[in-house]
Amino acid sequence: MAKTVVQEFTKGLWAEIPPFRLVLGLCPTLAVTKSVENGIGMGVAVIFVLVCSNMLISLLRNAIPKKVRIACYIVVIATFVTVVELVMQAYAYPLFLKLGIFIPLIVVNCILLGRAEAFAAKNGVLASFADGLGIGVGYTLALTALAIIREVFGNGTFYNIPVFGPSFEPFSFMVQAPGAFVCLGLMLCIMNILGKK
Amino acid sequence: MTDYILLIVSCIFVNNILLMQYLGNCPFLGVSKRMETAVGMGMAVVFVLVMAGAITWVVDIFLLKTFGLEYLRTISFILVIASLVQFVEMFLRKSIPALYSGLGIFLPLITTNCAVLGVCLINIMEEYNFTQTLVASFSYAVGFGLALVLFAGIRERIILARVPKPLQDTSIGLVTAGMLSLAFFAFKGMV
Repeated sequence: MAKTVVQEFTKGLWAEIPPFRLVLGLCPTLAVTKSVENGIGMGVAVIFVLVCSNMLISLLRNAIPKKVRIACYIVVIATFVTVVELVMQAYAYPLFLKLGIFIPLIVVNCILLGRAEAFAAKNGVLASFADGLGIGVGYTLALTALAIIREVFGNGTFYNIPVFGPSFEPFSFMVQAPGAFVCLGLMLCIMNILGKK
Repeated sequence: MTDYILLIVSCIFVNNILLMQYLGNCPFLGVSKRMETAVGMGMAVVFVLVMAGAITWVVDIFLLKTFGLEYLRTISFILVIASLVQFVEMFLRKSIPALYSGLGIFLPLITTNCAVLGVCLINIMEEYNFTQTLVASFSYAVGFGLALVLFAGIRERIILARVPKPLQDTSIGLVTAGMLSLAFFAFKGMV
């Protein structure tokens, strides 16, 4: 039992890491990775919502009628997103302003609905918890990795601390929309090469 | 009048929902492999987005704001969109089967298209009035369709090219989207 829980957790970190292995949840990946701070903030919000919604859906999996399951999942997810929204507004207001519209949009992040449908609806609470945590942490790692590349080259800073000294000319393409697409595309390519073996 | 023209241009080109605001990327990469599916998805989004924009505006002004329930915005909007999509699907199947056979398979996908919820939220945040909401929703949806069709056109050509193996499929798709986004970047500062 303990072994499978660990497996469910670790598969989210490499074998099924979103958005590289599971190409889901691209919009926030592209939008919030302008800086490392935003990337981590978004990641933590997703971890919280994913773990809570996975556990609740797994608890309710025998009570939810098959025909209206998607609607039920969305309501559960939307509830936890509202919790995150209110908590962030109260305790992390600057981050709340920076992430803006992408916090309510966690509701339509396909990772959450995807995990609810593919995993939580079929497995027990403990396994769903491990799955949610693993996928959430994996997503945070991916966001952070992308954010580090974009912030260091696009802005010359890391977590708002300058890293290159004053003579560095920021490569501002990276922090704009086109850079986000190209950067994610190239990272996906690197992941494909690494995952070959 | 000029205001509305500016609004239309800004929503279609300058703030293009897909390439500038990063919303709705999952269907953007998912259904853009063939031209027909891209056109179908674009039409379905225009259809649903205008209705969703109008209904969520009414819900927000007359229900949520009146009773001080703004914190329920996310939940109520997603429920409105989900039920609207379901309703449109049933209505089309019964009364306009020809249109349904064209748009049918794309309608369920629209519920989790973040462009729809995103535009509804943007409309509220920008405090548009009802006409502006309609115009903005329509223009955003047209911008979505335009980018999708352009991208599908390019992608149909990419299939013929010899792409290195690790770059295939989504990876080259994203890089191409980056180039397309660069083209749309030129509109910045126009309005």
